[in-house]
Amino acid sequence: MSTVEHTDRGPLSREEMAAVVARDIPDGSYVNLGIGQPTTVAAHLRPGSGVVLHTENGMLGMGPVVTGDDADPDLTNAGKQPVSELPGASYFHHADSFAMMRGGHLDVCVLGAYQVSASGDLANWHTGAPDAIPAVGGAMDLATGAKDVLVMMTLFAKDGSPKLVPACTYPLTGVGCVSRVYTEVALFDVSGDDVVVLETWGESVAELVDRLQLRIARATRPRGPGRLR
Amino acid sequence: MSRTQFHTAAGGTTAAEAADAALSASGVASGMTVLVGGFGMAGMPVALVDALIRHGADELTVVSNNAGNGDTGLAALLAAGRVRKVICSFPRQSDSWVFDGLYRAGRLELEVVPQGTLAERMRAAGAGIGGFFCPTGAGTLLAEGKETRVIDGREHVLEMPLRGDVALIGAHRADRAGNLVYRKTARNFGPVMATAAATTVVQVGGVVEVGALDPEAVVTPAIYVDHVVDLRSTSGEEHAA
Repeated sequence: MSTVEHTDRGPLSREEMAAVVARDIPDGSYVNLGIGQPTTVAAHLRPGSGVVLHTENGMLGMGPVVTGDDADPDLTNAGKQPVSELPGASYFHHADSFAMMRGGHLDVCVLGAYQVSASGDLANWHTGAPDAIPAVGGAMDLATGAKDVLVMMTLFAKDGSPKLVPACTYPLTGVGCVSRVYTEVALFDVSGDDVVVLETWGESVAELVDRLQLRIARATRPRGPGRLR
Repeated sequence: MSRTQFHTAAGGTTAAEAADAALSASGVASGMTVLVGGFGMAGMPVALVDALIRHGADELTVVSNNAGNGDTGLAALLAAGRVRKVICSFPRQSDSWVFDGLYRAGRLELEVVPQGTLAERMRAAGAGIGGFFCPTGAGTLLAEGKETRVIDGREHVLEMPLRGDVALIGAHRADRAGNLVYRKTARNFGPVMATAAATTVVQVGGVVEVGALDPEAVVTPAIYVDHVVDLRSTSGEEHAA
């Protein structure tokens, strides 16, 4: 399968990005969705997909966010929002929760990022600014432990600089840990020696290469858009 | 007979007085390392942290996932100037203004630890493990100055046990023997912290008779539990634990 260029439309909306990530998660996967935009992927998982959501504060089988009278302060997601429990759910303590992550039992995690490098390095915990308060949470454990680390981010920062870079300038979260990068204009595979563009939205690969200061390969078999593995 | 001591809000004793008695009996003192359970407010032992503030111990090192929310609980302990150092994974939150202010003013030392490493360092302390090699954080700022080793082709970082003098945690119920069960994601750090401290103090929303907890369902066995504060008043009113 070769690179698919959707030039007949504009870039993906945030909801469409979430839907594309959900599309690529194999049925039956154990998945951790990071705080923020990655959380929106949950709403796009196919009913009956058998995907089980893990939350690092000690639960498998997490259901949707709840509000009002249904909110239980003892049942929250990693972002401390009240959530629900699905049939078949289980609870465990923090050391077990991270052991299952670090031990390679989690299939997929989806994280946001400040930067991803061409070799799959991830920077998403600390800007390195002198007055910044560093807060890592579970990001390093997830980046190190999940079999596939998917990043959801805009391709360009507010100042217009690319966030997919030859080498990260922000402090690293993990080295060579990212499999794929989902952005509003393109989906990249960064798991191999080359950055491979699998799919574009709103512009062609040629236009994209022009905007990124990066060597990018087109997809050839067996890589291509679609599900992981 | 269990060695666990019970401090109950009953017979004219308030929940706060029961918590004060437990803190006093725990031997907590200035300069100690205190493990504080909870993930955000879920599982946060607010009554015990309030009692720690009243107790007055200072120069504390506090180990907790977060560094306080709003103005209550851990945030109030920080605001009272009792804490010298915070060891946590995620201090910065939308409502962590107390921590943010003290840290920026240079009045608090901070050690940031990846969340899973934080839990595992306490597990190691409680399990008699003298340190462990872990891939989390390899090649990052948080591995600087630490011994590393390549194991199965992957770089690992040596992490040391993290022990507490006193652990303050919340659980759902205790039985009269001192066994604990938790509720949903409020379990979080409680079971690990209970093993990692010399003295463990637990606040619960009720104590049941021996035999009322299914032994198969006990999460923290009584051997780890030194003091239980029962927040349920004699009127049967239950406080969040």
